[in-house]
Amino acid sequence: MAELWSIYLLPGIIILAQILAIVVPLLLCVAMLTYAERKIMAAMQLRMGPNVVGPFGLLQAFADGAKLFFKETVLPTSANKIIFLIAPMLTFFLSLVAWVVIPFDEGMVMSDINVGILYLFAISSLGVYGIVMAGWASNSKYPFLSALRSAAQMVSYEVSIGFVIITVLLCVGSLNVSDVVQAQADGVWFFIPLFPMFIIFFISTLAETNRHPFDLPEAEAELVAGYQVEYSSMTFALFFLGEYANMILMSGLTAILFLGGWLPPFDIAPFNWIPGPIWFFLKIAFLLFVFVWVRVTLPRYRYDQLMRLGWKVFLPFSLFWVALTAGVLVAFDMVPNT
Amino acid sequence: MSFMRNNLRSLLLWEIVEGMALTFSYMFKKRVTINYPYEKGPLSPRFRGEHALRRYPNGEERCIACKLCEAICPAQAITIEAEPRDDGSRRTTRYDIDMTKCIYCGYCEEACPVDAIVEGPNFEFATESREELFYDKEKLLANGERWEREIAANLRADAPYR
Repeated sequence: MAELWSIYLLPGIIILAQILAIVVPLLLCVAMLTYAERKIMAAMQLRMGPNVVGPFGLLQAFADGAKLFFKETVLPTSANKIIFLIAPMLTFFLSLVAWVVIPFDEGMVMSDINVGILYLFAISSLGVYGIVMAGWASNSKYPFLSALRSAAQMVSYEVSIGFVIITVLLCVGSLNVSDVVQAQADGVWFFIPLFPMFIIFFISTLAETNRHPFDLPEAEAELVAGYQVEYSSMTFALFFLGEYANMILMSGLTAILFLGGWLPPFDIAPFNWIPGPIWFFLKIAFLLFVFVWVRVTLPRYRYDQLMRLGWKVFLPFSLFWVALTAGVLVAFDMVPNT
Repeated sequence: MSFMRNNLRSLLLWEIVEGMALTFSYMFKKRVTINYPYEKGPLSPRFRGEHALRRYPNGEERCIACKLCEAICPAQAITIEAEPRDDGSRRTTRYDIDMTKCIYCGYCEEACPVDAIVEGPNFEFATESREELFYDKEKLLANGERWEREIAANLRADAPYR
């Protein structure tokens, strides 16, 4: 009995507690992100934004969630029921499962695996399956077109994301996510030496999370809502949560790769009093603000422009920069771990 | 040279940076919208809102059943029936406005020789059912009583221009 406790139950409970400690604040952040997005957009468009539910409209997201929860889940008769229902769950699940390797502070990571970056890359690439499954299983025109677009778009931008990650890894010499942050502790944050890569990575994450100006899979004007057309109630809510959780995840990844994760900007008195998770949170919040800011500013790309940007601009440029970084590291004998 | 400059501009995302700076500067500007149910925009005295039938200060209804409003109404939303009252004066027995037909052109108000039918400043009379929008004489007179102060003020303000 004692064995059962110490080997199975206790670690199980600890893991469960860790999961809850990540997922609950994350979902709260998603709720606040939707609110913040609406408020920021309203401010930039000289409007008020939500201001009725709760003080300053802060509870708007919860009201929307409650509304969706009480609605009916419509199952189209011609849809493939099982895949139709699995797709939003998959999207939501994948947006949460990646957080397992994200370090919030030194040692404050649920699973400190040595291929953390690879794992993150794999999980974020799987995100497209939720959309493709939704688009296919809906058995309807707009979702189907949206799924095709989404697949092409994500594959295109994944390639340049891969190269950007490779440049960072060349400078780090490790695939461990915590090591990436530690490598920035001694020198400068990577967004200074690798600034063009930082910009490319950020733009690619916009495309990866289907955000403006690359939100072609759900372009309201032409595809109504893309793959979400047939979804209602909680299935829609899961897509929504998954999409926003993905935005937070990609911002977190950008913060880790280029903005020094949990590190304070200067390792001197007033800055390093503030604990690491708060710095990490602030960096993510800043990046998410830029996400919304870009959404307010830019119109949607046309599909061929999107493809051109991905394959004819970002891919050669990031490839060039990989070679350049590698060359500089070798030439000046700065290759890490040698 | 301009080829170089154009390429450099697009490489440095210069126009995107400019656009982003513009939207950012807008973030701190004054809002142009109002918090509607709590704040309302100004209305002209000529505003054509919900209809009302007015009375004279002594309580007598103004309408003399001349049916000019019924005749001029382009949407044919007004229905009037009339007969002489006991004291010999001509009054309506029925004065209905179908608010679902009304186009708020204000011709009824223009046609009325005694300022009886007017379009008041009220625009918040949405209902939950269609039937509630078939206004009868009772409802219109009640509107008149409710909005008399505002309507009289508006008519006075607009009188010099008529």
